[in-house]
Amino acid sequence: METKKELVVSAIQDGTVIDHIPTEAVYQVIRILGLEKYKDEVLIGNYLASNKLGRKGIIKIKNKHFTKDEVSKIALVAPFASIINIENYIVTDKFQAEIPDSIENFIRCANPKCITNAEVVPTKFYVVDKENLKLKCHYCEKFTTKETLRFTE
Amino acid sequence: MSTLKGRNLISITDFNKAEYLEVLDIAEGFEKNPKQKILSDKVVATLFFEPSTRTRLSFESAANQLGARIIGFSDPGGTSVQKGESLHDTIVMVSSYSDLIVMRNPKEGSSRYASEVSSVPVINAGDGANQHPTQCMLDLYSIRKTQGTLENLQIACVGDLKYGRTVHSLVQAMCNFNATFHLVSPQELKLPSSVKMSIKNAGLKYYQYTDIKDIVPTADIIYMTRVQRERFPDQMEYERVKDSCILTADMLKGCKPNMRVLHPLPRVNEITTDVDKTTHAYYFQQAQNGVYVRQALMAAILGAK
Ligand SMILES: [Zn+2]
Repeated sequence: METKKELVVSAIQDGTVIDHIPTEAVYQVIRILGLEKYKDEVLIGNYLASNKLGRKGIIKIKNKHFTKDEVSKIALVAPFASIINIENYIVTDKFQAEIPDSIENFIRCANPKCITNAEVVPTKFYVVDKENLKLKCHYCEKFTTKETLRFTE
Repeated sequence: MSTLKGRNLISITDFNKAEYLEVLDIAEGFEKNPKQKILSDKVVATLFFEPSTRTRLSFESAANQLGARIIGFSDPGGTSVQKGESLHDTIVMVSSYSDLIVMRNPKEGSSRYASEVSSVPVINAGDGANQHPTQCMLDLYSIRKTQGTLENLQIACVGDLKYGRTVHSLVQAMCNFNATFHLVSPQELKLPSSVKMSIKNAGLKYYQYTDIKDIVPTADIIYMTRVQRERFPDQMEYERVKDSCILTADMLKGCKPNMRVLHPLPRVNEITTDVDKTTHAYYFQQAQNGVYVRQALMAAILGAK
């Protein structure tokens, strides 16, 4: 695979590029991934020209590869972002961040009366609508949506 | 032996149609012969993290008639729970010296969580506004008993259809039996779209009304619920609509002879007392049926039926 020409900001030797981020979601992606505290090179571009989105954001993180959970988080705030893994200046993997069918641990239930907000209970959700982002809590059976989405600390 | 042995009952959708019918059949046996000491070697824990005398007495009466011993508490005052013990720890401890846990807790989802940390089965006796599946099972029992079948009925639900969890569960359960739903409520308290979606997904029909008079001639079952003043941000609006969901004996003139009125109780004024004397009133027997249904559930889950 060879897609170096896509990379607007300078190439990295090893790490991950998150491409095609909606412009309004760039700083949210940084926050949920905890990149403010990341002690290595992070390159952030926003309002870059994009054929697909008109304008887009892009984040390059040196020496970092994301876990499945982290990719799920990205998908929740930036659906259809591209995740590009790079090793030795070569793209080794490229895929769309996809919202999984179920999500464990890192989202808070929007229902204040839910047991997961009262005790130390790991949360679990079933994604009932990926397009409009609607998550059903495994415990209280109430819905958490895009508007009420919050991540655990 | 029942396929329900060792199962939890947290949400009405945890069971399928065949399992509902199995529980109802077992419950019928208990109605005929309620005192069967088949759980005399069992301990049933009733953990009421909020008081609910009616539900607790129904469960404890059911367990008693089966010969089971009962441990637990009727409200958390004075227990380790009040001292701040977590639900997790309480359940782990109680499940080590009981065979079945019956739990009521105001936190939504608490019963599902309890069932995941417990080593013995859990029956949900109400988790806040979420689920109260044994109420739904006794509603099904009452409907089958009064109509002779659960299939192809005209089910009218009246009152607070938005917040009334018993209505949501009943509608979901009756979706298995080719029911047609007639939904009567003030505009503010209509059935949530997620529950309406269950009806649509089952390929069934529902009709919405704002006045109870419109459904009396069609209904086989009128399931009444209370409309609470607090649900209305605008008190003028409450005053305007409050009578549209009240059932009086007068209105029953044009109803089907087989029609029965159900209510999860307690009632306030949504069914006037003159209805009580009519052949259509069934809400007090309905509550009594709760004991048979809870006997059936306990016996089946503990493998005694
Ligand atoms: Zn929840």
